[in-house]
Amino acid sequence: MTALGKLFRTTTFKLTLVYLTVFALFAAFLLGYFALNTRRLITEQITDTVNAEITGLSEQYRLGGVRRLVAVVDARARRPGSSLYLVTTFAGESLAGNVTSLPPGTLDNAGWTETAYRRLDESDSAEHPEHRALARVFQLPGGFRLLVGRDLDERERLYNIVISAGRWSIAIVIVLGLVGGLFVTRRVLRRVDAMTETTRTIMQGDLGGRLPVAGTGDELDRLAENLNLMLERIEALMHGLKEVSDNIAHDLKTPLTRLRNRAEQALRSAKKESEYRAALENTIEESDGLIRTFNALLMIARAESGQARENMSEFDAAEIAHDIGELYEPLAEEKGIALKVEAETPAPLNGNRELISQALANLVDNSIKYAEPRNGTVNGGPAEIVVRALSEGDRILLTVADSGPGIPEADRSRVIERFVRLEQSRSKPGSGLGLSLASAVARLHGGELTLADNNPGLKSIIALPRGGPVQIGG
Amino acid sequence: MRLLVIEDDRDAADYLVKAFREVGHVADAATDGDDGLAMALGGQYDVLIVDRMLPKRDGLAVIGALRAKGMETPALILSALGQVDDRVKGLRAGGDDYLPKPYSFSELLARVEVLARRRVGRSEETVLRVGDLKLDRLSHQVHRGQDEISLQPREFRLLEYLMQHAGQVVTRTMLLENVWDYHFDPQTNVIDVHISRLRSKIDKGFSLPLLHTVRGAGYMIRDGAR
Repeated sequence: MTALGKLFRTTTFKLTLVYLTVFALFAAFLLGYFALNTRRLITEQITDTVNAEITGLSEQYRLGGVRRLVAVVDARARRPGSSLYLVTTFAGESLAGNVTSLPPGTLDNAGWTETAYRRLDESDSAEHPEHRALARVFQLPGGFRLLVGRDLDERERLYNIVISAGRWSIAIVIVLGLVGGLFVTRRVLRRVDAMTETTRTIMQGDLGGRLPVAGTGDELDRLAENLNLMLERIEALMHGLKEVSDNIAHDLKTPLTRLRNRAEQALRSAKKESEYRAALENTIEESDGLIRTFNALLMIARAESGQARENMSEFDAAEIAHDIGELYEPLAEEKGIALKVEAETPAPLNGNRELISQALANLVDNSIKYAEPRNGTVNGGPAEIVVRALSEGDRILLTVADSGPGIPEADRSRVIERFVRLEQSRSKPGSGLGLSLASAVARLHGGELTLADNNPGLKSIIALPRGGPVQIGG
Repeated sequence: MRLLVIEDDRDAADYLVKAFREVGHVADAATDGDDGLAMALGGQYDVLIVDRMLPKRDGLAVIGALRAKGMETPALILSALGQVDDRVKGLRAGGDDYLPKPYSFSELLARVEVLARRRVGRSEETVLRVGDLKLDRLSHQVHRGQDEISLQPREFRLLEYLMQHAGQVVTRTMLLENVWDYHFDPQTNVIDVHISRLRSKIDKGFSLPLLHTVRGAGYMIRDGAR
């Protein structure tokens, strides 16, 4: 597509053409109407003047006969810019007037006629071209004929001026319209081209690209700004995805490698059946761990994609707190931790019961894992975990507070990410997905997971809007 | 027990058939939905093991067709889709249990045996007995011999479930699903601790233990004399 062809094909240019045609037609109509009316008006004026003169002259004839008429005509004919006069006998012999070179027979019929003529004082036919006149021939009593007329040059000149003015103005309208249209179109086209160029580089994989914003705040700018916001979101998502796949590669490949190594080792060196059995049991255990990690990842992905929104129902968060507390209490006790639940008042909530239970279970599990006391006490006090469910304004808070070592403030937002496990905890069992899942579940419900200081210890808070997630449009 | 495995992956089907035969059951296999439906309608099976995604006729459709014909053979759905709502969909379509892939054979076996036994209708009894352990479902009282044992409500339900399936292996996930109504996998094995608490209440001080751990599978309550 040539540059010009592209220009002509734009919407802006097509609109320009349509408007141009409409305006040009309108101007032509207006000017034509004006020209015709002017012409008609001048003709009327001429007719009126001629009629008045004929009335006047025939009155003179009636009063003073042909002699007086001739005298008056002579006098009038000599005035500059005068009308055209001719008085003839019945035979056509000229008695007075300032007109000559009339086509023969002009005077034979009374009434209006448009005719060619020359003035008497310019009878030299070579030098002066014929003029045209609108004249009236009047039959006087006694056989004389009187012709009175007006030159039509003025009318024609005016008419021509109007017509040519019309032509010029239409030409100018068209030229200016085309030039303006092309200019605007090219400007728009340039910006659209710049956007197209950027989107093309983005499509080729450069997600950092942004559409140019001219800063004028017009519709193209608004479009570009919105598209840029969309690109930012996409870039963030892609970044997250890349991080996740890197993490998955690492955290799934490590146990897979271990699994493979053990199987290989058993094949190579196991001698007795019991050794093979042990190796196989080990393999199953290891693959169970992998399956668990995989399930957790799928669950997070599902929560993040918002698919689980379908399974929302009304339930009491306090009940969940009691249930989960009850589920984990024996485990905590076994580890020397006192697990308490403080959720006396109902905290009604709209959400996915199963997922919220699991999120809370993960937090409790986490706390039990890390708040395990050494020598019976943690940080000098008895080890304890408190699970709470309370309503606060239009939010429901599910909190798990422990007296463990806590998480340094700098690491708090990081540990929520998938697979992130702090160095100190590498030795503990777990996939590093528990907090990620809790966070994904909270976000699914339009809430959030925050980690705070329990002085000492960790306080994990899931804050959820009471009415459930607000559907985000689009 | 006669079992029908409807599974399109021939390897998986062969593996299951072989494994079921090894533990003493009779098992057949079908590899697509139409064959599976025909075999299920024709044969006297105790439990059907149905893969969810099958060629020709979807697993849920097979179960739906069976139920429409009045066949109440218990069906366990195997599926790669393991989320709660998939499970709900499966059970709503007429399945009796749902096991996400990948599964362990011991888990599948335990569930199949529970399904097969359920037809006998033990769940209606008001007093459950295993050896000298007695659980009264109406008065919520538990006795071992002459001694009354006091249990927390959840412990009572745990024991009730175990006793309903006395002599059968009950897995940890089955307990979590049926006693706690959770379908997720707790990262730590919380169930073990509940069991050991229960065990200390019902077995401690008695010469004959009733609550047994089945290695690699789960738990079983059983009269040791048997």
